[in-house]
Amino acid sequence: MSWKNAFNSSVGKKIQMALTGLFLVLFLVVHCYVNAMIFWNDGGEKFTEAAHFMGTNVVIRITEIGLFAFLILHIVQGLKLWAQNRSRRNTRYAVSAGNATSKWYSRSMGILGTLILLFLVLHISAFWAPNRASQTMGNGELDLYTMMKEAFQSLFVVVIYVLGCISLAWHLVHGFYSAFQTLGLTMNKYKSIINMVGVAFSIIIPLIFALMPIAFYLHWIE
Amino acid sequence: MALNSKIPAGSLEEKWEKYKSTCKLVNPANKRQLEVIIIGTGLAGASAAASLGELGYKVKTFCFQDSPRRAHSIAAQGGINAAKNYQNDGDSTYRLFYDTVKGGDYRAREANVYRLASVSANIIDQCVAQGVPFAREYGGLLSNRSFGGTQVQRTFYAAGQTGQQLLIGAYQALERQVALGNVTQYSRHEMLDVVMIDGKARGVIVRNLVTGELERHFGHAVLLCSGGYGNVFYLSTNAMGSNVTAAWKAHKKGAYFGNPCYTQIHPTCIPVSGDHQSKLTLMSESLRNDGRIWVPKAKGDNRKPNDIPEEERDYYLERRYPAFGNLVPRDVASRAAKERCDAGYGVGASKQAVYLDYASAIQRYGKIEVNKQGLSNADADTITKLGKEVVKEKYGNLFEMYEKITGENPYEVPMRIYPAVHYTMGGLWVDYELQTTVPGLYALGEANFSDHGANRLGASALMQGLADGYFVIPYTLGNYLADDIRTKSIPTDHPAFVEAEKAVSDRINQLMNIKGTESVESFHKRLGKIMWDKCGMARNEKGLKEAIAEIQALRKEFWSNVRIPGDVNEYNPELDKANRVADFIELGELMCIDALNRNESCGGHFREEFQTEDGEALRQDDKYMYVAAWEYKGESNFELHKEDLNYEVVHPSARSYK
Amino acid sequence: MEHYTMNLTLKVWKQKNAKERGRFETYQVKNVSSEMSFLEMFDVLNEQLIAEGKEPIAFDHDCREGICGMCSMYINGRAHGPWHHTTTCQLHMREYKDGDTIVVEPWRASAFPVIKDLVVDRQSFDRIIQAGGYVSVNTGNAVDANALPIEKHMADEAFASAACIGCGACVAACPNASAMLFVSAKVSHLAMLPQGSPERKERVTNMINQMDKEGFGSCTNIGACEAECPKGISLENIARLNREYIGAMFDGGSQNAK
Repeated sequence: MSWKNAFNSSVGKKIQMALTGLFLVLFLVVHCYVNAMIFWNDGGEKFTEAAHFMGTNVVIRITEIGLFAFLILHIVQGLKLWAQNRSRRNTRYAVSAGNATSKWYSRSMGILGTLILLFLVLHISAFWAPNRASQTMGNGELDLYTMMKEAFQSLFVVVIYVLGCISLAWHLVHGFYSAFQTLGLTMNKYKSIINMVGVAFSIIIPLIFALMPIAFYLHWIE
Repeated sequence: MALNSKIPAGSLEEKWEKYKSTCKLVNPANKRQLEVIIIGTGLAGASAAASLGELGYKVKTFCFQDSPRRAHSIAAQGGINAAKNYQNDGDSTYRLFYDTVKGGDYRAREANVYRLASVSANIIDQCVAQGVPFAREYGGLLSNRSFGGTQVQRTFYAAGQTGQQLLIGAYQALERQVALGNVTQYSRHEMLDVVMIDGKARGVIVRNLVTGELERHFGHAVLLCSGGYGNVFYLSTNAMGSNVTAAWKAHKKGAYFGNPCYTQIHPTCIPVSGDHQSKLTLMSESLRNDGRIWVPKAKGDNRKPNDIPEEERDYYLERRYPAFGNLVPRDVASRAAKERCDAGYGVGASKQAVYLDYASAIQRYGKIEVNKQGLSNADADTITKLGKEVVKEKYGNLFEMYEKITGENPYEVPMRIYPAVHYTMGGLWVDYELQTTVPGLYALGEANFSDHGANRLGASALMQGLADGYFVIPYTLGNYLADDIRTKSIPTDHPAFVEAEKAVSDRINQLMNIKGTESVESFHKRLGKIMWDKCGMARNEKGLKEAIAEIQALRKEFWSNVRIPGDVNEYNPELDKANRVADFIELGELMCIDALNRNESCGGHFREEFQTEDGEALRQDDKYMYVAAWEYKGESNFELHKEDLNYEVVHPSARSYK
Repeated sequence: MEHYTMNLTLKVWKQKNAKERGRFETYQVKNVSSEMSFLEMFDVLNEQLIAEGKEPIAFDHDCREGICGMCSMYINGRAHGPWHHTTTCQLHMREYKDGDTIVVEPWRASAFPVIKDLVVDRQSFDRIIQAGGYVSVNTGNAVDANALPIEKHMADEAFASAACIGCGACVAACPNASAMLFVSAKVSHLAMLPQGSPERKERVTNMINQMDKEGFGSCTNIGACEAECPKGISLENIARLNREYIGAMFDGGSQNAK
C-alpha cells in the first residue's frame, strides 16, 4: 500500500496514535524522573541540575521538537478519529449498554484526552513556555524550582494539577494496553503481562506527578 | 412427454468420464455473451455461481435473504462425506455409491449416485484450497469420523458447523466473482416466475423485497438452487424463509416434480413446547452414539424421569433392534418414537417426546476415567463428576444448546427428543445433466430429486449440493449452451416477459385484495398440521384422501379469507409469506397424491398398509421401482410419468437392522 | 424448570423505510410463555397486531438456530439481548418476568441503513468480503486435501475465527460503529492458513480500505464487540489484523492493493 493510504486509513491513524502515544509514555518516564528529583528535599539542587541538562543539551532539545510534533499529531489524529467515529452512528441508541460490555474510560478517551490537553495548556504556559522564552531572549534559564514552590501554594492550582493527573491515569489505563493492541503485540501469551505493566504504569507515574504539587502545598518539601 | 434421463452409455465407472470428454464446449469468447440466472445461493447455488463465473459466463444470482451467506445450508452440523479413504479402512468410490443407494432404499438413479461418489473427493480438495478449516489430527492431516451407520470413517467435519464453513467457502468464491465483475448479486429478491420463450426457459420475474418492485431478468439458462420444501409441514428444521416457490413456479411452467412424498424425518430434535413454536431445532445425530432412548413402561406415567426406576423403563430401540440398538437409521428411529408416543407412552407436558438419557454414559465414562487416573476408592460422586466432564468434552456444545432452548440441564435430567421434518429427498425431476423437463431450466442440490432415493444418509446433503454446483453443472450447462451461442440476449420488453410479469403482478394484487380475517401464519400452521398428521411419518390411504380434501378446502379458504397487511410497494414480509404459503398449499396436495399413489413403504415414505409383521417398511419393488414425476395439468390436476429405475450393478434387498 | 406466563410492555422502533423518520411505538403483549424464544414472542405480537388490523413489526430472522446471522435486535441496550454468546433467536423469554418493559431497536450504524423497523441493510459486509475475503482458487485448481498438513492448533484457531456469522452485532455494539471484529475475523481466518497466505497483504489492505469506504468507524480497542459477539470471536483477531496491516505497510511490493 502507498504511504498516503497507510497514513490516512483508519488502521493507519490508529497506528500513529499508538506510536505517538508510546513515545509520550516514554517522555512521561523521563519527565517524571527529572521532576522526582524534588523529593531529595535539598532545596531543589539536584532538580535544577537535571533541569539544566534537559534545557540545554542539544540532543534533548532536538528530541523536544520531535516530542511536540508527536504530541500535536497525537492530538490532531485523536480528535479526527473522535469526530469521525461519532459520525458513524447518525441515530443514537435510546438505551445504551453502558458498563455492561465495556469500561467507561475506554469509551471516554476523547474526553480524557481533551481534559489532559486543557491541563497541558495551563501547565506549559506556567513553566515550559516562560523558561524557553527567557532562554531565547538571552536571559538564561529561570529558577523552575522556586516557580513550582510558589505556584503550588495555591490550593486551586494544586487541585487542577491533581485533576490533570487523574485524567492522565485513566487515559493511560486504556491507552497503554490499546497501543500494544493496535501494534498487534497483544498475543495471548503477552496479554496479561502487558495489561499488568500498563495498569501499574498508569497508577505509579500519575501518582508521583500528583504528589509533587501536594508535597509543596503541604510543605513536605521546602 | 416420455422421460429421457440421458444416462450415458457404458459401465458405471465410465459414464461420467466419457460424458466429460465428449460433451460440447463453449469457447471463452462466447461464454462472455451467455447469461445464466441462478436462484438461491446455498451450497449448490453459490458453488455453481462461482464456478460458472470463473468459466466466464455472465451470471446473476438471486436470494431472498439479506446476503448469500445466510442460505440454510449454513445450519448443517454433522459433516460431509467423501470417498477419500484417508483412514485406510476400505472406503472407495464404489462403497460410497453403494451405501448411498442402499441408504436411499433403492429408489435412486445409479448413474447419478456413482457420479456423486466419484466427485466427492474433489469437493474436499476444493474446499480445503478455499481455506475451509476442517478438523485436523495432531499430525496436521484431515480428521474423519463415522456417521449415520456406515462402516467406514469418511465424514469430514468442522466441529458442529460443517455446513457453515462450506457455505462460507462457496460464498467467498462467489464474492470473488462478484468483485471480478463476472457475477451480479441480488439479495432480498425472490423469484416469482420463470419466463418461457419458444419452449425454453429464458428468464425470470423477481420481486425486489425491499421496494416491492417486480423486475425482469433475461438468461440463456436458469438454474434453480432453491433448496427443499420441508416447511410445507410448518414446523421443520428448515429456516423460516425456506420455501418451494421457485421450484413450484417452474413446476407450473412445465417442469415435472419428482417423488414429492419422500420426506426425511430426523429423530433427534428438541420437541415442540407449545402453540407458539415457530420452528424445530435439530441436535446432531451423534448424540445417539452414547445416549440411551427410553419411555416409561407404564402408560401416562407422570413421574419425573429420575424417579422412574430402571426396571420400569422401556429402552424400546434396544428391545426391538438388538443388533443396532440406539444406532438404527434415521427413518427407523423416528418411526419407533412415534409408535411409542401414539401408543400413549410419550413423556413431557405434550406427551410427544421420548427420553434421551446420558446417565449411564456418564457412569460408564466416569468409571473409565477413575481407572485411568488410578483412583481406587473413588466414591459415586467422583465417578459422576468425572463422567460428566468426559461427556461435556464430547457433546458440550449440544448440551448447551439444549439447555438454552429448554432451560433444563441435560447432565442432570434426561433430554426430551422427538422426530422432526428435516430434508426433502423429492424435488424437481432432472435428467443426468440436472436439466428439468423444461429446456434451459436446471435444478441443483436439494431442489432436485436426484441422488438420495427415498432416504438420505447423514452427511450426504452437503456433498450433493457442492457436487452439483462445483463439478457437474459446469460441464452439463456448457453442453446445452453450446447450441445457444447464436441466441442474442432477448430484451426484457419481449411479450413473454410482459405477460409473465403481469401474471405475477395480478396474483399479488389478488392476494392483497382478499382483505380477509385470518393471518398467513395461521393458514400455514393449519396446512402444517394436516400434512404432519396425515402425510407425515406414517401415512395411510384413508388419511391421505382426507388430507387431499382438507387441503383443497384450505386453499379455497386461503384465497378468500387471508389477511395481508401493508402495501405491495414496500418491504412487506407478510406478503412474501403469503406468496410462499399459497404455493405450499398446492404442493401439499401433490405430496399427498404422490404418497397415495405409492402403495409401498420405502425410506422416508411409510405407508401403514405396507409393513412387515414387526412394523418394518415393506417395499414393492415389482410395482414401484420407479421415479414418480408429476406434470402439472391445472388446479389439482397432475399427471404421473414414470422413470423406471434399472439397477445394473446393485441388487436391491430388504434392509434389516435387527 | 418452572414455566410461567407474563405480560410485557414493548417499546419497539418503527420506521416505514430508509427515508422516513422513525419513532418508538409501545405495545402490550399478554400471556407470553417463558418457554418462547424472543422471536416467537414477536410472532405472537405480530399475530395480535394483524388481528387488530394494525401493521406488524418487520424484523430479520431466518434459521432461528443461531447460525445464519440474520437476526439482529438491540434489546435493552444489548446487541442480541443480555445472554452471553447468544443470538436473538436463541434468547428465551424465561430471561424476563411479568411486568417487564423491553426496548427493542435496530442495529444502528451509518453503514447499516434501516430498511424498515428493525430490519437493516448489511450489504456493506458483502462488499468488504468482495474486497478480498477469499482465496483466489478456481474450481478444479485444488491439489489433494492432505498434500498440505496444517498444524492442528493453527487449524483450530483459524476455525475459531471462521466461526463469525456476519450478523453485525460487533458494529451494533461498538460505540464507534466499527466493523473491525468482523473484518479481523476474516483476515485472521485466511492469514492463519497456508492457503490464504499468498494474498494476505493485498487482502488486509483492500478489506480495510473498503471498510473505511463503507463508513464504519475505526477500532479504539473498547472491547464491546467481543463482549457481544454471539460466536465468541476474540479481540486477538483485531491484534492479528493490525500485525497483518503493519506487515503490508512496510512491504515493498503488494501493488495489487488498491
